[in-house]
Amino acid sequence: MYANYITMKHTNLQSFALVLLRITIGWHFLYEGGVKILNPHWTAKSYLLDSGGFMKDFFVSIAENQTLLSVSDAANAWGLALIGLSLILGLFTRISGIAGIVLLLLYYLSHPAFPGIEYLFPSDGSYFIVNKTLVELFALLVIFAFPTSHIFGLQRLLKSKKSFLS
Amino acid sequence: MAQENKDNKSGKISRRDIIAGLAALPIVGVIGYGLLKNKSEADKRNSSLLSDIKPEIQGGIPPLIEGKTLRIGIVGTGGRGGYLMKAMGFVHPDRIDEYTENAKTDKFWEQHLADFRAQENLNIKITAICDVFDKNAERGIAAGANVHRNGTGGKMDDSPKRYTTYNELIASPDVDAVVIATPDHWHVPIALEAARKGKHVYCEKPLSWSIAETYEIRNVVKETGIVFQLGHQGRQTESYNVAKSLIKQDVIGKISLIEVCTNRNDPNGAWVYDIAPEANEQTIDWKQFIGQAPWHDFSLERFFRWRCWWDYSTGLSGDLFTHEFDALNQILDLGIPHSAMASGGIYFFKDGRTVPDVLNMAMEYPDRDLTLLYSATLASEKNRGKVIMGHDAYLELSDTLIVNVDPRSTRYKEKLEQGIVEPFKPIFSYVPGQGAVDAITSPTEKYFAGRGLLYTYRDGKAVDTTHLHLREWINCINAGNGAQPSCNIDQAFQEAMAAHMGTISYKEGRRTYWDKEKEVIV
Repeated sequence: MYANYITMKHTNLQSFALVLLRITIGWHFLYEGGVKILNPHWTAKSYLLDSGGFMKDFFVSIAENQTLLSVSDAANAWGLALIGLSLILGLFTRISGIAGIVLLLLYYLSHPAFPGIEYLFPSDGSYFIVNKTLVELFALLVIFAFPTSHIFGLQRLLKSKKSFLS
Repeated sequence: MAQENKDNKSGKISRRDIIAGLAALPIVGVIGYGLLKNKSEADKRNSSLLSDIKPEIQGGIPPLIEGKTLRIGIVGTGGRGGYLMKAMGFVHPDRIDEYTENAKTDKFWEQHLADFRAQENLNIKITAICDVFDKNAERGIAAGANVHRNGTGGKMDDSPKRYTTYNELIASPDVDAVVIATPDHWHVPIALEAARKGKHVYCEKPLSWSIAETYEIRNVVKETGIVFQLGHQGRQTESYNVAKSLIKQDVIGKISLIEVCTNRNDPNGAWVYDIAPEANEQTIDWKQFIGQAPWHDFSLERFFRWRCWWDYSTGLSGDLFTHEFDALNQILDLGIPHSAMASGGIYFFKDGRTVPDVLNMAMEYPDRDLTLLYSATLASEKNRGKVIMGHDAYLELSDTLIVNVDPRSTRYKEKLEQGIVEPFKPIFSYVPGQGAVDAITSPTEKYFAGRGLLYTYRDGKAVDTTHLHLREWINCINAGNGAQPSCNIDQAFQEAMAAHMGTISYKEGRRTYWDKEKEVIV
């Protein structure tokens, strides 16, 4: 089935648009992850404590448990950076795409843009259910569905075009 | 193109493959550059802010000093007395039932119950209870017997004995130390009697109801050498100690003004407490309640809402300003002010009370070149915080601590010009349990710190400051080396005199002065 995806013919513009989307999302992830890794005091604690929606208790319980918080902080920072690196370089983008979707889903669920929920952390716009996190999540779904690393990326050099991991 | 397709089919890597494969590498380089740039900016801000400042943070809870089980008698087991018992590990079984029931649906209560159960045993026994209201006494007895912190039907230990007068309680050979949680007009008479009988005293604030008795209790506590602690549990607030060390290191510059406030807006906060249905002339020893206060016929309002009458209370100045004063005395070693000027009135609660519900006081410290302003209302909850204003920065205090830079600061002038610090934005924050004072650099931190939202940042279980305050007193008793706790009789004397100066100024409509030499209010 995967072969169907990668043999899919795109116009140059389509390929260009997809690669550009992949790299810009990767850029966003890598920089966010890198900033967190390089700041020894960084923690998602206050962000998690500010959670809302039906999964609020889950996120707050992570913030209040030092061990869980440390694990979640490390997984978050390194996860972001590695996903970002993978998307930019065009290697293992299928896996990183899924991982990125999971991460973004967690961010969304901790701060869902549901009416009636107010957060201490200010919003940069006005949102109803759909916010930028959700848009980025679906953009990653596009990256997942239309792989491009065999066209532009390290995967092209590996030539293992049948690998699901590409 | 034909050649390339051939290469692909043959598995060879073409030059075009290499270009398309590696073209994204420079992007990683650009991001790496961005990250390093961000990192060096943050490091610069951190190091230039924190390099010469070493805040002291007391870590952890001081260990209990071993000794024989201390036998405690409690005089006054109403609201505050019940709270003090809880802080020592004793609550009425029906309260445990209540916590358990609430905990089923509410995480806050689940945590509350867990924290209470985890609170360390202070190696004490409540052996005696005295309260002029039967219901309070019975509840105190039940709480005192609940050594194992059980609900109704759980295992209880021996009940403390009820004494009908404080004199008998103090005289009891089963009492080593006395906790006083009575109305204000009873603090000193009971403390005096206890001290004279060699019993250690933990007394609720304020120290005294009248000026004359303030001297007497100071003398007697000093002569007898008992361990005395005044109940300002704010002494145990970590952020106050951190504030003290930051100010000592001149982080905020010369202080000219301190502003503190009380803002409450509900009947409970305004001392309009519920009247127990069991209360009547048979269940309350009214004569004993009156004590040294002027005689008044039996009144349930006066008994339950005694804070509203000067006859038993010290009003806003003694009841609530003293919390603020003691915090600042702890941080800045202010002492008794040179002068006090107070005004206010009964503007909202026109319920027959004699104490004001709005009070403003200005206390001058010419030796320190500063003014302490206190402003209180019992009819608005707009909290104006506790702010220590320096030339270089201002320090906002609660359980957390935030230092904000002044745009006209001399000390931070260069850093302001370089954009390392921003005017009116926080540069330091401290939250309990964090273990470190942070220089604030990221926008997120600024945002949260600026709103005092880091309050919920508590590591591990929450520890009640009242528990720590009682613990300090018990540790001093067990140490038996003459050491006195942090809110000792000298600190208590300063607290009481400052409060009395405000009260006299309000009542007499004039400025009051403290004669340092003669130690009198004029």
